[in-house]
Amino acid sequence: MGAAESALGRVENQSELSMAALASREALAEAGLTLKDVDGLFVNYMGQEGSVQVGEYLGIEPRYSDSSDLGGAAFEAFVHHAMLAVHSGHCDVALITYASRQRSRKSRPMALTEDDQSLMGQFELPYGLPAPIGHYALAAARHMHEYGTTPEQLAEVAVAARAWAALNPKAWAREPLTVADVLATPMMCDPLRKLDCCLRTDGGGAIVIAGKDHARNAAKRAIRVIGVGESQRAWNIAQSRDLTSTPGAAAGRHAFAMAGIAPSDVDVFEPYDCFTIAVLLHLEDLGFCERGGAGEFAKSGALRPGGKLPSMTSGGGLSYCHPGALGLLLLVEAVRQLRGEAGARQVPDAKIAVAHGIGGVLSTSATVVLARD
Amino acid sequence: MDPTTAPFWEAAERGELRVQRCGRCGHHQFYPRPFCLQCDAEGLDWVTVAGRGRIYSKTVVRVPLVTGFEPPYVVAIVELNEGPYLMGNVDSVDCKIGDEVVLRWQQRDHKYPVPVFAVVSPPR
Repeated sequence: MGAAESALGRVENQSELSMAALASREALAEAGLTLKDVDGLFVNYMGQEGSVQVGEYLGIEPRYSDSSDLGGAAFEAFVHHAMLAVHSGHCDVALITYASRQRSRKSRPMALTEDDQSLMGQFELPYGLPAPIGHYALAAARHMHEYGTTPEQLAEVAVAARAWAALNPKAWAREPLTVADVLATPMMCDPLRKLDCCLRTDGGGAIVIAGKDHARNAAKRAIRVIGVGESQRAWNIAQSRDLTSTPGAAAGRHAFAMAGIAPSDVDVFEPYDCFTIAVLLHLEDLGFCERGGAGEFAKSGALRPGGKLPSMTSGGGLSYCHPGALGLLLLVEAVRQLRGEAGARQVPDAKIAVAHGIGGVLSTSATVVLARD
Repeated sequence: MDPTTAPFWEAAERGELRVQRCGRCGHHQFYPRPFCLQCDAEGLDWVTVAGRGRIYSKTVVRVPLVTGFEPPYVVAIVELNEGPYLMGNVDSVDCKIGDEVVLRWQQRDHKYPVPVFAVVSPPR
């Protein structure tokens, strides 16, 4: 019903809570609603008992709340949870919100912090694998080994994201980028280079989910949730038996089946592009191409403006904004595209959009299929 | 160490790699659990394995992102010959996926030694 970004990029005159609160009011206004109408609250990464901290700040006492930590995919999963809660009458108006100032606060941890008694503390942390880049590097290396995926194909994902960012005035990085530019950036964790990695920016946003009765009072066109799915796999990456796929395969299968769509029906794809390899895995997991075929698919220009599958249309986490968790902003962009509000980056006549999140270290996935009526 | 992983770390101190083996289905399991994930049987045995396997995937960390680690260094997931995957460092930055490796224990700052893999031979 409503979708809004918070302040993005570098935010020095707001707190995380004020950013989330202002975005929430803006999203609610789009739905013709106010904070007083919210009786379902869904947040992640907003501190301990996050829904309580955010609810208190907003001055609301929701009857349904959810702070499930499903990493960056939590926000797509929250659409799933919120839809069920609204559908079953356990809440009427659900608000999903998030904000981070990890750029301004330089707060992104590169090592997961676990005490020595945890399984991760015992069996993974002793080896110095930086999180999450090291984990995605392991996935990329295996994908290259099994399928012959190339550094150029990975780089093309970053180039496609940048081409979209050039069309988005709110994007952080908009200067032209070529495959050669990406390949010239320093190697971080083989085979991932600096520009295979997403940005680290401040940002956040809000999404409002409500029953269709609310649609007629909405200030802006309501968008329908027609499919949702989620899944999870491993927290300790060595417990995953296959690094060339993610839980997104299951999440996507559930969501597409519920929506009754095939990959070829999707007009706009908003994949969680924390790293270039993630996008290739998502393309294969969701069936946009064959297993092992995502590198070639990207290289064909399919992801770029005017391509076969317009993807990362905001510029994504690679070039638009990556505030620690991108999942919420994927939904905001999908809504904008379906409403025809995306300006220079608008995908013509977009009717079906997919937002696909991943979280943790290839740990969680959730897929949302949205449709314009 | 925690109460369920003590047999692993106590063996590590003796230079042995121990994993669980299911008496019913023969599944080798790591890390340990109170039952077999494959057939659900309880009461798994601890067995000593050779610590040989192949590199399933690896990365060379080129930048100083983790305190206490000096780049470049390799972090790999090794598929043991018995089946389980195990994370560890590899002693050669030139190692490749598919290389046969053998486990050596290395004493670091931790109380218990940790596995470091050495490349035995390149893949066929």
